[in-house]
Amino acid sequence: MSAPLELVCPAGGLPALKTAVDHGANCVYTGFRDATNARNFTGLNFDDASIKQGIAYAHQRGVKVLVALNTFPLTDNWLQWTAAVDKAAAFGVDAVILADPGLMEYARRNHPKLRLHLSVQGSATNYEAINFYHQHFGIQRAVLPRVLSMAQVEHVVKNTPVEIEVFGFGGLCVMVEGRCALSAYTTGTSPNCQGACSPGKAVRYEETPAGMETRLNGILIDRFGQGERAGYPTLCKGRFEVDDETYYAIEEPASLNTLELLPELMRIGVSAIKIEGRQRSPAYVTQVTRVWRDAIDTCRRDPEHFKPTAAWMAELNKVSEGKSATLGAYNRPWK
Amino acid sequence: MLNNFRLPDFTIPAALTRLGNRLPQLPPTLALVTTLNLALGRMIPREPLEMLIGKRFTIRVLDAGMTLRFSYGERGFRPLFDASKPDLTISARTRDFIALLAREEDPDTLFFDRRLLMEGDTDLGLLVKNTLDGIELPRFDAARLSPQELLHRLRARLNPSHGI
Ligand code: SF4
Repeated sequence: MSAPLELVCPAGGLPALKTAVDHGANCVYTGFRDATNARNFTGLNFDDASIKQGIAYAHQRGVKVLVALNTFPLTDNWLQWTAAVDKAAAFGVDAVILADPGLMEYARRNHPKLRLHLSVQGSATNYEAINFYHQHFGIQRAVLPRVLSMAQVEHVVKNTPVEIEVFGFGGLCVMVEGRCALSAYTTGTSPNCQGACSPGKAVRYEETPAGMETRLNGILIDRFGQGERAGYPTLCKGRFEVDDETYYAIEEPASLNTLELLPELMRIGVSAIKIEGRQRSPAYVTQVTRVWRDAIDTCRRDPEHFKPTAAWMAELNKVSEGKSATLGAYNRPWK
Repeated sequence: MLNNFRLPDFTIPAALTRLGNRLPQLPPTLALVTTLNLALGRMIPREPLEMLIGKRFTIRVLDAGMTLRFSYGERGFRPLFDASKPDLTISARTRDFIALLAREEDPDTLFFDRRLLMEGDTDLGLLVKNTLDGIELPRFDAARLSPQELLHRLRARLNPSHGI
């Protein structure tokens, strides 16, 4: 059998990194405090001192540290992105997660020993695309966009020498990873170039007699009635009036939870499971890492009889966005 | 045993909330700003907080009927005496504020569950949240705030021979 499935956990800061390491992550993924990563939120992420400390802490305990440099540089800020690659290599990270082919070429040429992962932002959904990145830039792992069914994931795994990482848990994008223009349209800031979907400066919440209102750059995108669960302030998860009806016209706030698919993911040879949420607090990282570690270990011991426990599901549902958890595209019969 | 301790879900009874509303808000506000000022430059780094200078904050502890108003300036936090519009208002119940401090709950989780509300300048709120999340706290033991534990400590204090 192939190498054991790795658990890849998010860290927006040093305490989150440490708690992920302490609770059983195999890899922790991080970002620098700037637009070079897709979670560029005010006050989040690692400065030089904290990333060095984080790498030392993780490495002492046999855990890998990955740095996401997964936004797209432009001509006028190209040097900021290459400097980030240089820095990650100098600090001794275990891999960088890239989306831009130019940056991959830069990394391959200047840091031939640095391991490269293809970010979900790269939007590679078929093995030809992944193999192309492998041949040209030596990509060793690819994170699959959250659009493929289980049969399609298996097909990719079978036809590439590249390790495959899939999302296991957390918030869902509307599934045009690396290509979404909704945030740029409303706020002028995009996850792809500036690293933030719905940046804090554009978001306003207000409790009103009609419910809690969420506005994005002054535009009302949702109103939550009393007791109704809220979601992130992203345009894709807003409620809009279409043909006299107001509803989630693009996507309902929901979280991905693939715990029950673990035996299948292991069987088809997926290399790693990614937990979404670098923007979340250490409490979330602790809760989610603990459940997934336990689940992966249980499943490895006896995949045939694996069934998620009610306690695991309750813990994961508690921290989820929106009112439902979904198996996402993995579970769809059509392709 | 206490490792598995979970802060119970509680709400301060409405009668006490009404009482809280009528009590002067200055003592708790003073206690809060004094604590924050003590932590400034030690546990809480000053540099990332520069964006907060000149900003006005309100913390509403809903079930305790408390509204704490303060601002941040070059010289640290200080109480505010007027009720003009704050830049950021954070509202939650006592239990949830404690759980946040103890890192037992994630703010986004409470937000999804409609138990934490951040009104005003969301970016300031993100800065505060992310700065606090980045601090390495000494272990804060929420179990020490459980009713049984408080009672036990009170008893021990009233009756020293009971000893700890
Ligand atoms: S608007 Fe939605 S789909 Fe687009 S980047 Fe933001 S979260 Fe993803």
